[in-house]
Amino acid sequence: MSTTDAANNPVLRASEAGRPRLMPQDRQGSALKKADNRAAYMFLLPWIAGIVLITALPMLASLYLSFTDYRVIGLPSFVGLDNYIRLFTSDRRFVTSIWVTLQYVGYSVPLVLVFSLSVAVALNRGLRGLAIYRSLFYVPSLIGASVGIGLLWKEVFGERGVINDILGWFGIAGRGWINNPTFALPSVIALNVWTFGASMVIFLAALRQIPESYYEAASIDGANAWQRFRRITLPLITPVIFFNTVLLLINSFQSFTQAFVVSGGRGGPVDSTLLYSLYLYQQAFQQLQMGYASAMAWVLLIAIGLATALMFWSSRYWVFYGDR
Amino acid sequence: MATAKTYDPELLRAERRRRNNLRRLKGLGLHLLLIVLLGIMLYPVIWMIFSALRPEAEIFGDMGFIPTNWTLENFTRGWFLYGNLTFTQFYINSFIICALAIIGNLLACSMAAYAFARLEFRGKWWLFAVMLGTMMLPIHVQLIPQYIFFLNIGWVNTILPLVVPKFLAADAFFIFLMVQFMRSLPIELEQAAVVDGASYWQRYWRIILPLSMPALATTAVFTFINTYNDFFSQLIYLTDTDRMTVPVALRLFLDPSGGASSFGGLFAMVLISIGPVLGFFLASQRLLTKGIATQGFK
Repeated sequence: MSTTDAANNPVLRASEAGRPRLMPQDRQGSALKKADNRAAYMFLLPWIAGIVLITALPMLASLYLSFTDYRVIGLPSFVGLDNYIRLFTSDRRFVTSIWVTLQYVGYSVPLVLVFSLSVAVALNRGLRGLAIYRSLFYVPSLIGASVGIGLLWKEVFGERGVINDILGWFGIAGRGWINNPTFALPSVIALNVWTFGASMVIFLAALRQIPESYYEAASIDGANAWQRFRRITLPLITPVIFFNTVLLLINSFQSFTQAFVVSGGRGGPVDSTLLYSLYLYQQAFQQLQMGYASAMAWVLLIAIGLATALMFWSSRYWVFYGDR
Repeated sequence: MATAKTYDPELLRAERRRRNNLRRLKGLGLHLLLIVLLGIMLYPVIWMIFSALRPEAEIFGDMGFIPTNWTLENFTRGWFLYGNLTFTQFYINSFIICALAIIGNLLACSMAAYAFARLEFRGKWWLFAVMLGTMMLPIHVQLIPQYIFFLNIGWVNTILPLVVPKFLAADAFFIFLMVQFMRSLPIELEQAAVVDGASYWQRYWRIILPLSMPALATTAVFTFINTYNDFFSQLIYLTDTDRMTVPVALRLFLDPSGGASSFGGLFAMVLISIGPVLGFFLASQRLLTKGIATQGFK
């Protein structure tokens, strides 16, 4: 068998090359397919066990618990739709947490997109030191989710923190941002936006895929910088904008650590940083209302599912795939 | 335009020089803009570094940005803040969990990825879709039953709930990363091994894994960073003080009775706590930016 033949044949045929060809080809193929099949499931065994034991069964259990009253001690007692009804009709903190989360997502996702895309476009102009800039802008993404940075943020936006020092240079009197109901949430949003580097790196990679000749052709036709961005760059990276948006949506709906740290676990002042996950945590692990918290978890799942579905549906109208 | 038409070499040269200067000026302006933005972004971190290195009393004073009296007393105070339970123990706890999580993810995710990327089997498409779907699931829908289950089998306050799921390839993101990578490997290598009579396991272990080093390294680094930074699950599962990890211990600074009085100690400990992440990142930077670019990790 020549090398070119080996390259053109499917992987497994090669192993049969030495054997006498008694069986028709397709029979051989199916025997091998069976072996492939068995081997594949052996390799998948840990993952399948995981899917069943740590994903599917807990999800079903959680769905069941959401229809019960369960406080860890004793047995869950079935209450029907009570938890869900209570959530939407008589729990004001729940409504607050939804509102806080929507604000958090609604401000931070677009801001992260704008910052990451602008900096990526700026970096993509053949600047010297690109690698250094990229790394430095990425650093906040590495540490931004940690408890340590949350604690730092609390001080930076505190009454005697750096923000007020900077404002002081311009003669503006500062305040305690993080313990003020109006400014606490924006401070947490600022921390999320601070970590735009991760999205920026993805944008940068996409921008570098755009052939230089497109821009040259546009320049010859007299397009200015804005037109080149608007008519060439933007349409070509819509798939990446879409990808980043979905990722950011899923992540920010579940934000927890920073609101927890900044508010000392309470979501204050006056529930202004009570993100959904934080309220869920309080219900489950402080109030031990496991049934109620499970209902909250399913509402979150459905909300994220809807948001993602909406993104996919809308993508038909604004995401541009070159080959269509 | 008029100057160009005369073809006067002197004027053409002047025009080119003018354009070059303009471009250089624009580049300089851009650099300046980026540096200012970076300065604003990194200012809090730099402020923290200097705060950790100056005496407690001077942190919030008007003593200037750069300390005049350098000191390391904050580090010793922070490290021993909780009496005989020091950060040494918290770091050991964190690193044990990280090490096991990395091993688990590397093994289990690469096995699943090998099947998805290189083998044909029944239900492949369907299972692959399930795998992608799990990436979007919020952890909350599994969290509570998992907690109750681990509580009942006595795993709360052990590292098992944090580590065992990794050995069951719970992080689908990494499977996806490795599938993408393994798909790009040339098929001839495996064919050659099959001719030599290699088993499936040998093909995976001896050929595909060594070739997948970049993807494996990316997985290792990100598993480290995610696990090390992870707060939610460690907060829930590790409540005994001697089991606490670094983030859970840092959180005690929030407690008014704890260390809130020592801002110097707090900043010193925060500074040390981000060290390992930055170290890992710097050591593997080139690899990572590639990995992030293709997969979009956060």
